[in-house]
Amino acid sequence: MEPILQVKDLTHTYGAGTPFQRSAVEHMSFDVNEGEFLGIIGHTGSGKSTLIQHLNGLLQPTAGEILLRGKNIWAEPKKIREVRFKVGLVFQYPEYQLFEETVYKDIAFGPANQGKTGDELDHAVREAAKLVGIRDDQLEKSPFELSGGQKRRVALAGVLAMEPEVLVLDEPTAGLDPAGRENLMANIRDYHRNKGKTIILVSHSMDEIARNVDRILVLKNAHVLMQGTPAEVFARGEELLSAGLDVPQITRIAMELKRRGVDIDPAVYTVEALERQLLALRKGGAGC
Amino acid sequence: MLKDITLGQYFPGNSIAHRLDPRTKILLVTLYIIALFSAKGWMGYAVMAVTLAACVKVSHVGLRALVRGLKPLVFIIAFTGILNMFFTPDTHYLWEWGILRVSVKGIENALFMVIRIMLLVMGTFLMTYTTSPIRLTDGLESLLNPLKKIHVPVHELAMMMAIALRFIPTLIEETDKIMSAQKARGADFDSGNIFQKAKALVPILVPLFISAFRRADELATAMECRCYHGGEGRTKLHVLKYQRRDYVALAGGAVILALVVVLRRLGA
Amino acid sequence: MDMIETKALEFAYPAEEGEKPVLALRGVDTAIEKGSFVVVLGHNGSGKSTFAKSLNAILLPCGGKVYVEGMDTQDEACLLEIRRRVGMVFQNPDNQIVANVVEEDVAFAPENLGVASEEIRRRVDDALAAVDMTAFMTHAPHLLSGGQKQRVAIAGVIAMEPECIVLDEATAMLDPIGRQEVLSAVHKLNREKDITVVLITHHMNEAEEADRVIVMDDGRIALDGTPKEVFTQVEPLRTMGLTVPDTVDLLDRLRKDGLDVPLDALTVDECAAAITAALAKN
Repeated sequence: MEPILQVKDLTHTYGAGTPFQRSAVEHMSFDVNEGEFLGIIGHTGSGKSTLIQHLNGLLQPTAGEILLRGKNIWAEPKKIREVRFKVGLVFQYPEYQLFEETVYKDIAFGPANQGKTGDELDHAVREAAKLVGIRDDQLEKSPFELSGGQKRRVALAGVLAMEPEVLVLDEPTAGLDPAGRENLMANIRDYHRNKGKTIILVSHSMDEIARNVDRILVLKNAHVLMQGTPAEVFARGEELLSAGLDVPQITRIAMELKRRGVDIDPAVYTVEALERQLLALRKGGAGC
Repeated sequence: MLKDITLGQYFPGNSIAHRLDPRTKILLVTLYIIALFSAKGWMGYAVMAVTLAACVKVSHVGLRALVRGLKPLVFIIAFTGILNMFFTPDTHYLWEWGILRVSVKGIENALFMVIRIMLLVMGTFLMTYTTSPIRLTDGLESLLNPLKKIHVPVHELAMMMAIALRFIPTLIEETDKIMSAQKARGADFDSGNIFQKAKALVPILVPLFISAFRRADELATAMECRCYHGGEGRTKLHVLKYQRRDYVALAGGAVILALVVVLRRLGA
Repeated sequence: MDMIETKALEFAYPAEEGEKPVLALRGVDTAIEKGSFVVVLGHNGSGKSTFAKSLNAILLPCGGKVYVEGMDTQDEACLLEIRRRVGMVFQNPDNQIVANVVEEDVAFAPENLGVASEEIRRRVDDALAAVDMTAFMTHAPHLLSGGQKQRVAIAGVIAMEPECIVLDEATAMLDPIGRQEVLSAVHKLNREKDITVVLITHHMNEAEEADRVIVMDDGRIALDGTPKEVFTQVEPLRTMGLTVPDTVDLLDRLRKDGLDVPLDALTVDECAAAITAALAKN
């Protein structure tokens, strides 16, 4: 099947021709498959933010191209808004962009810009609110009366209401407490499972990425350092650590066990999987 | 991009222009402005242009950065130029159409006006480029200190100005972010008539104001935590002290003002 | 000797008209020992930030008392001295930096305190060195990374020569590298300058190296003890909406599976060692 998004040899240079010239993205190439949950990880300054703003055409490539279903998104620059409805981008701390009098109106901003009206608009708004767990009686409230976590849900609903084919989330759980983080990620996983839509999750947290995604893209210094399934990526744990990136704590325990001579696959990244491996070892050991 | 606007942004450095006492620089800019408005005729403006060029040279601030500072003002400059060109009364006109009349004097006036504004803006920006806002407000506070006697809240005004300057880059960055976020939701800032465009600003302005209030609130708390209690009993890291170079610079400024005034007399 | 003491501390935020004020703190009794490194954990709304802001008289108790080295935070005459002794660093790095140049910002507090210029210079240099930011002395703060900005904010507090630093979720907005920078800076200050540290956070792993962990829930202290004592309370922590470190989670599961491992091997090394030993015994 053709990938839904293709990034081809993308380069983006800020301040070209000035002494401050700097490439935030250099020759990046990768595909995003239809329906997959892709994680992007990298330090601040690795080019994550610049990269994702290309996916919906907020930034224009200095070189290279972005294909959405095989079509260059900049083929017709006048129609770039269409791309923004198809690739929904939720920025970091999205609650700071809320502006309407009511939650309902704020969620309706995107779909109304899209040209939805009447029942179609109403349906889009209510459906999106439901997806993120905003109750009907909260829709007529002012968004500014809500708690921080709820504001963030409203902002997320504002993008979901455009019914994008690809949802890009930049650090959706930043600043939330553990329960808030887990609740929001559960909502996002449900959305992925029920709608089957493609999701790209950008995060600083290896643990969060490891727990949620099908495939990982690791960025470093404006380049793609690795890509693969979590097991493939974490199998290169030493390499990640020496690149100054983190690995999930469970992987670190497994790596340390391996170093101590325990016969274990260090590419494990969930508590359950490591537990299973250790139990299998004990049984094997007992049999000797 | 909004980030490219350099309105009065400080460029750290260590040139003589950077090291001058901020009070000296404020006084020099005042002299410079007086001179600029006294200048008449090509010679006068030439002296001012050379003065500015020399200051730019010793400041190590690139001319390009100064010119870029003019960008947001292009409209005002052009407007003033056009106004002068078409509406200067004279006895003889090169071209007439209704109330629009172009004369030699009009063209000359327009040119002088444009040059004057450009020199004015670049001169002032040279000061803000080479003086950190804190030093600038320190300088202002110190120069205006006598006004405290007539109950002008000099310290408070200086502090407010320093904080406003501190938050300009932060708020510009924030505006950029909010604009991108609303564009991602399909907001359209480029098409439509003036009314529609103004309406399109609401999704930017509301979050921006809310964020500015939140920041102000948090900053006030942070300042209290760091024992801020007004200007009373406050000391300074950098105490302002006139050096030899300040006296030299001020003398130079005075000479140039005198020169421009003399040229004006001679020209008249 | 106690740095800070709270006695039956209660606090309520002003309520909307017609509504009853809800207590954010409902009787907190504790003492923070001088020179200790205390981490306060809790989910959003547990009262941990309110607690932090009560420690240096930003919020005044509605009931009970807070004493900073014997001074009552409600005593107006002690206000400046309390704030000098208990410095505070907040969550958003952008909203606590006052000046456009790093050194001027660090100088802000001593300037307010009327310290002489040469002494301010010395303090600024020392404070920046203590957080490893000397190289950025003349930089503009808005161009620094989040971790660097927070270190400048810490330096700004150090310049008051405080006895205690309270970090109110100061790592929440930072990436892992920034968080690490801030943590090692405060650990160093605690170790080398003997400054008492109260770190408010919801990241469990920031508490691993603390002397003491206080878990707040619903405006009260729910758990209090060494990291090992607190993090082995797997069930209570979960019911309070907090996670336990993955090391404890794993050990807890293995114990339930019948493997003889301790529960309090918090760090990756300790945990791996404990499991290796248990497997060898088998």
